[in-house]
Amino acid sequence: MAMRKGLSPVTLTALAGGIAFLYIPLFLLVIYSFNDSRLVTVWGGWSTRWYQALPQNQALMDAAWVSLKVAAVAATLATILGTLAALALVRAGTFRGRTLFAGLVYAPLVMPEVITGLALLLLFVAIDFDRGFWTVALAHVTFTMCFVAVIVQSRLLTFDHSLEEAALDLGATPLRAFFSVTLPVIFPAVAAGWLLAFTLSLDDLVIANFTAGPGNTTLPMRIYSQVRLGVTPEVNAISTVFIVVITAVVLAASLAMKWQQGKAEGR
Amino acid sequence: MASAPLKPQKPQSVRRKFAPWTDPVAQPLISFRNVVKRYGGVVAIDGVSLDIYEREFFALLGPSGCGKTTLMRMLAGFEEASEGKIMLAKNDLSGVPPYRRPVNMMFQSYALFPHMTVSDNIAFGLKQEGMPKAEITARVEEMLKLVNLRGLEKRKPHQLSGGQRQRVALARSLAKRPKVLLLDEPMAALDKKLREQTQFELMDLQQRIGTTFIIVTHDQEEAMTVADRIAVMDHGKLVQVATPAEIYEQPNSRYVAEFVGDVNIIEAEVTRAASGDIALKSDVLDAELRLAQRADVKAGDRVAVALRPEKIRIGKEPLSEVHANCAQGVVYDIAYLGDLSIYHVHLDNGFVLKAAKTNLSRQIEPPIDWDDRVNLSWTPDAGVLLKS
Repeated sequence: MAMRKGLSPVTLTALAGGIAFLYIPLFLLVIYSFNDSRLVTVWGGWSTRWYQALPQNQALMDAAWVSLKVAAVAATLATILGTLAALALVRAGTFRGRTLFAGLVYAPLVMPEVITGLALLLLFVAIDFDRGFWTVALAHVTFTMCFVAVIVQSRLLTFDHSLEEAALDLGATPLRAFFSVTLPVIFPAVAAGWLLAFTLSLDDLVIANFTAGPGNTTLPMRIYSQVRLGVTPEVNAISTVFIVVITAVVLAASLAMKWQQGKAEGR
Repeated sequence: MASAPLKPQKPQSVRRKFAPWTDPVAQPLISFRNVVKRYGGVVAIDGVSLDIYEREFFALLGPSGCGKTTLMRMLAGFEEASEGKIMLAKNDLSGVPPYRRPVNMMFQSYALFPHMTVSDNIAFGLKQEGMPKAEITARVEEMLKLVNLRGLEKRKPHQLSGGQRQRVALARSLAKRPKVLLLDEPMAALDKKLREQTQFELMDLQQRIGTTFIIVTHDQEEAMTVADRIAVMDHGKLVQVATPAEIYEQPNSRYVAEFVGDVNIIEAEVTRAASGDIALKSDVLDAELRLAQRADVKAGDRVAVALRPEKIRIGKEPLSEVHANCAQGVVYDIAYLGDLSIYHVHLDNGFVLKAAKTNLSRQIEPPIDWDDRVNLSWTPDAGVLLKS
């Protein structure tokens, strides 16, 4: 009711202003990716030539592929570790050092990325771990798992513990009870955690800069280094492609979650 | 269960004779032996010893926090006893995890798995024990029939009414044919009409399948309706373990008398104690109190007498030739319940006695009204002497 009647001129202006603030830069980027001119700042008419040129830019394609691989691996590991951390925090009661553990899990949320990146770099150098795909992936696990832990923990707090007890009571071992009852019920939260970790990994520049080795340049790193040599319309094009991909993934995920939720509520 | 009336397979007389706890050679199915449960420094269960027999419908009754749920959860295996032993069919259950106990539980919240259909919920326990598929299908069908849920097997829990969910939970906990079924406040979420109906269905079901049922409840009417025996609990201790009639008519303490049903408690002093005839004097009653009871008391003992309201006769006519067990007062409150009315009578010294009267005629104007002067009387076997 309030939603339907509530769009007064003031709220409408505020809404429009907020959306403009958030999306005008992205909108400009998308428009300029269709610019026919070689100069980024000069409008030369509509064209898709930069999109056609993309597949020919091997360096950019390689970087995109590395980014996707890193994001998938990092998101998966982060989801497993983050879910386990959330379980420990919600289920294990008040074990010794719980407050410290919670603090340690959440610290990366507020830790400046430069420091995380530097610390990881020092570690990899100290243990003589050759920098490459796995160093970036592990670094991304480190800084994304806390996000997964937060999301899954909030879901577990409202999870009816008697569901798991019922499974145990009916003869399921604790492990089977987790996989056949707990995990399916909290799955939307776990999936949301995975998607968040995936997108965070995909757009990270700072930590990847510290931990990536030669030949494992991620897409944000590639774009950043190209921009230093001057913004090309090609960069706008690949950025637009990424915006579309990420929007599609997030949209699909939220639709899937809504569908599952709708099923659970009988709609 | 709702529509088709169940036919009890045994005549009623067999049920009345069922009393293995009075049989000295009967072996209990479940045996709590000096069980103590502590949470940190707090004692939740304080030295409970209790035997429960096969085919028994047993109720644990008490207010919230009395330990009844803890006792049940220890039997299910969710809590370990701090001291003492719990035996099931002569096996010590210590250290046996919940998933290896031949005991199933129906949860207060029902705890139905929201992502599974009714059939899958019922089949869950059977799948865990690796039962062949064909047998699972047959058993699920049998369970659906038992609780009258056929036609709903493909539904998810959220598509069912409260009563239907309750029956799915019951079917799921019975599917493995446990030796003991634990019911944790099974009817708390149902409305009054449905609850009463379900209580009778549960009794019939238990009669037919012969499984030992243990129900946890804070509702004394529910416990009295369904159970063969009731254990009244308070602060982690068993106060009285007896049949519903014994609990109601021969409470062993003020706590039990007051917890189960409505009661007048009259403090009194024993003046004469002969076997089967005890005379008492109370500060609140002018007349002498006489009890036809055998009790280990002597003159001068301070005791309490429990007197149920329905055992007090109330009327406006003067009493003839009664010297003991009577009182006079003024009606100052009437609770009209339809079937009976409860009168709160102010005695001349200010003490209040509650008396119940069955409404035998369809009179709208009450035969006894506010501010009427009434006479109360009762027989020597109406009251119970309580020492604690």
